[in-house]
Amino acid sequence: MEKVLQVNDLHVSFSTYGGEVKAVRGVSFDLHKGETLAIVGESGCGKSVTSQSIMRLIPEPPGKISGGEIIFKNIDLIKLKEPELQKIRGANISMIFQDPMTALNPTITIGEQIMEGIIQHEKLSRAQAKRVAVEMLTLVGIPNPELRLKQYPHQFSGGMRQRIVIAMALVCRPDVLIADEPTTALDVTIQAQILELFRDIQKKTGVSIILITHDLGVVAQVADRIAVMYAGRIVELGTRREIFYQPQHPYTKGLLQSVPRLDAEKAELVPIPGTPPDLFSPPVGCAFAARCPYAMEVCERVYPIETHISQQHQVDCWLQDERAKKLVSSFK
Amino acid sequence: MKAYFFKRIIAMIITLWLIITGTFFLMHSVPGSPFNEERTTNEAIQKNLESYYQLDKPLIVQYGNYLKALVKLDLGPSIKKSSQTVNDMLGRGFPVSFELGMYTLIVALISGLILGVVAALRHNGIIDYLAMSIAVLGISIPNFVMATVLIQQLAVNLPIFPVATWSSPKHMVLPILALATGPMAIIARLTRTSMLEVLTQDYIKTAKAKGLSPVKIVFKHALRNALLPVVTVLGSLAASILTGTFVIEKIFAIPGMGKYFVDSINNRDYPVIMGTTVFYSAILIFMLLLVDIAYGVLDPRIKLHKKEAK
Amino acid sequence: MELRKQEAQNISPDVPNEWFVPKVRNKEEAEAVVRPSLSYWQDSWHRLLKNKLAMAGLIFLILLALLAIFGPIFSTHSVETQKLAEQNLPPSSKYWFGTDDLGRDVFIRTCYGARISLFVGLMAALIDFIIGVVYGGLSGYKGGRTDNLMMRIIEILYGLPYLLVVILVMVVIGPGLTTIILALSITGWVGMARIVRGQVLQIKNYEFVLASKTFGTKTARIIRKNLLPNTMGPIIVQMTLTIPSAIFAEAFLSFIGLGIQAPHASWGVMANDGLSTILSGYWWRLFFPTMFISLTMFAFNVLGDGLQDALDPKLRR
Ligand SMILES: Nc1ncnc2c1ncn2[C@@H]1O[C@H](COP(=O)(O)OP(=O)(O)O)[C@@H](O)[C@H]1O
Ligand SMILES: [Mg+2]
Repeated sequence: MEKVLQVNDLHVSFSTYGGEVKAVRGVSFDLHKGETLAIVGESGCGKSVTSQSIMRLIPEPPGKISGGEIIFKNIDLIKLKEPELQKIRGANISMIFQDPMTALNPTITIGEQIMEGIIQHEKLSRAQAKRVAVEMLTLVGIPNPELRLKQYPHQFSGGMRQRIVIAMALVCRPDVLIADEPTTALDVTIQAQILELFRDIQKKTGVSIILITHDLGVVAQVADRIAVMYAGRIVELGTRREIFYQPQHPYTKGLLQSVPRLDAEKAELVPIPGTPPDLFSPPVGCAFAARCPYAMEVCERVYPIETHISQQHQVDCWLQDERAKKLVSSFK
Repeated sequence: MKAYFFKRIIAMIITLWLIITGTFFLMHSVPGSPFNEERTTNEAIQKNLESYYQLDKPLIVQYGNYLKALVKLDLGPSIKKSSQTVNDMLGRGFPVSFELGMYTLIVALISGLILGVVAALRHNGIIDYLAMSIAVLGISIPNFVMATVLIQQLAVNLPIFPVATWSSPKHMVLPILALATGPMAIIARLTRTSMLEVLTQDYIKTAKAKGLSPVKIVFKHALRNALLPVVTVLGSLAASILTGTFVIEKIFAIPGMGKYFVDSINNRDYPVIMGTTVFYSAILIFMLLLVDIAYGVLDPRIKLHKKEAK
Repeated sequence: MELRKQEAQNISPDVPNEWFVPKVRNKEEAEAVVRPSLSYWQDSWHRLLKNKLAMAGLIFLILLALLAIFGPIFSTHSVETQKLAEQNLPPSSKYWFGTDDLGRDVFIRTCYGARISLFVGLMAALIDFIIGVVYGGLSGYKGGRTDNLMMRIIEILYGLPYLLVVILVMVVIGPGLTTIILALSITGWVGMARIVRGQVLQIKNYEFVLASKTFGTKTARIIRKNLLPNTMGPIIVQMTLTIPSAIFAEAFLSFIGLGIQAPHASWGVMANDGLSTILSGYWWRLFFPTMFISLTMFAFNVLGDGLQDALDPKLRR
């Protein structure tokens, strides 16, 4: 499978008044052509920071990419300078932010906001750009696109705005689309429509999508593969089937239990007790140990090595160690 | 749109009427006759004068007459300079004051915006600190102090500019500078805060994610939104510039309305005080309307005809 | 089956076997994340201490207050003593700031000017605070129509040219210190009332939320511990920023001859006197009063800015 994007051992930190926040601590993953990779985890675990690092949109200072590489088309994006990055942003890699209510500039018409990207990157005339914009609005399912181009964001509903944001991101036919919690701010029925739109668009354009969410329920419909993040690290990565039916990491299992399931009669939601560690001084061992019902002495002392369960499925957990298997019965 | 303007104009008239009424009764609550103090006038002349200015009539009648005259835009005669009417004085003085005020506003606006934007873009850099130090100084130095300093340095010590009057562009430099520093500082600080706020907004991140250049992001996406709070204070800034012209005109001996006004205060020339207050209030209320319209133009979310709901 | 095999070999050699035991959790460990937490005020105070400019302003103001109170006591000259033989003397060891055209000591007059400026500023802030709290508090507390009407009145007052109103009142009542303060209070409280109203609405909201969650006795504590400090912040900042504008208004009025009257010393009066002699080269007569006006306003402004940063860390830039 062709890899469009490779992230290797990414480290990102922020210097704040309270000290250094190690927001991302060694994240690695590949993104394949035409797939949807979901990154899932509780809020604050570093999903947004990871995705913004790929676009190099981390505010520096206070942020700093302190290590790793991000390979896109054989180029390490971390080494690029600002003008080169500007050529890639929006043209090759696009991004959608969480809240469609604030992601659009309230004082500029949506037509202008859609067109400016393509005018910037492809040197089209305004008339040509307008044609592309109309095409895009049609693609994302906005009726009367010609008329709508002249309107301002406040004249659209939340779901409509998110469609516009998606149109804006796709206007230059990027290879990678990063969507950071694109449905979190929307209500449930609109959520489903937007997710449907993602699938539809992927089919039509072949774009690779990184879908970020804290809600495994969202992922179940659209993700090909799922990466589970906790405290700045990816703790488990696998295909959707593997994550949903053979979850290995106790954190993944915990997340799954806190999602309403369609197949279960009684929707019994069990939130994971406790809160994530603070990232000023993250634990040396597994960061989840403090909340983990299966925690062992080793978990606190050493970070677990990566175990490959299958070709696609990998997990960072000491329970995979042969010596832990005997213990499992003694828990609970 | 039409309905909005209609409502606005009604509200403006009511506010103006309240100001007129307040000023009128305030002025007439001063004990004694304005002619009492002058020893040269005897009893009979005083009576004559009072009946000429209708001061012998009941207050409510005087008030009615004053309003009637006002509707015809007649602000009445001056008490102390009997040959002149308040309209004459305004006609002569106001154009000069207006010129001074307008130039000041323009200078303050342009320099304040530039200073504020540059400070925000170089946030926490040397330029930021420098610009903001200038701004705090500008706010702290009263305009009449600024005027005296400018005269002393740039007119007396180094005779680059003339000391006083308003006869050529060269004469206008110092008064405008003196009056513009304060408003400029206020605009600069406000612009900076608002610009910093706007730069953290999601739509700026979106614009960056589109690959737009920093210049485009600032001028196309940030500036217009950052201007909105600045526009809202323009009304009160105009008011402070207007009152500021009084003292600046006095210092630089500029033949504007300020001179007539300060004179009228010292002479207790009530019709002039009243007329000037009413006239300036009307101008200010009109400015506030202009500000609202400007706001509506800058921010498409504000639909002028819907605003009455607020 | 292959998978099983892979798993069977899954043993990390550099980790000893004895670490593979269930973790023992003691309760305290799970619960206690006790950090020394500074109170809101201590926290703010520390932040203010770190702001050098604001501290410089504060120190200047303390010195100015001391000068205003004790300056004249320790001097052998007095405010109104006129020594016609010692007119317009430049600064010297005898007359630190020189003398004016009536042979009065400019230093002592500056000290008296400080008294008047500080008094006017503090009184204006105090009166604004009282009226603002009563009016804004009532408006926010009552809500509904009362609130609506009261806010309308404020809107009208807000549209008035403030100095013009002050001038009108001065004309009617006649110049003097008390009338200056009175005139300043007529429109000055409007900003404070708005802020107080906003804060009261916030508290009301909070109380409502808490009450609906039946927090009971904790409500009072939360209001005292969290809410009151947060609402006091903007009020304190507003007061700090009222003072320089009141000082400016007094100086302005005195300068155009509507404020403090001639024999008394106010910075505005002194500046006006000094201006008329500007061409004669008696620079000290203009320099000292204007410098003190500017420095005092500067000090209050930077202190106000500093307080704003210190009290509201969210707005910290
Ligand atoms: N600009 C910043 N300054 C300081 N800390 C930050 C900044 N942005 C993010 N962080 C920290 O990085 C961590 C990860 O944040 P984020 O990636 O936004 O989480 P999420 O997974 O919810 O998207 C959080 O602990 C957050 O406090
Ligand atoms: Mg996030």
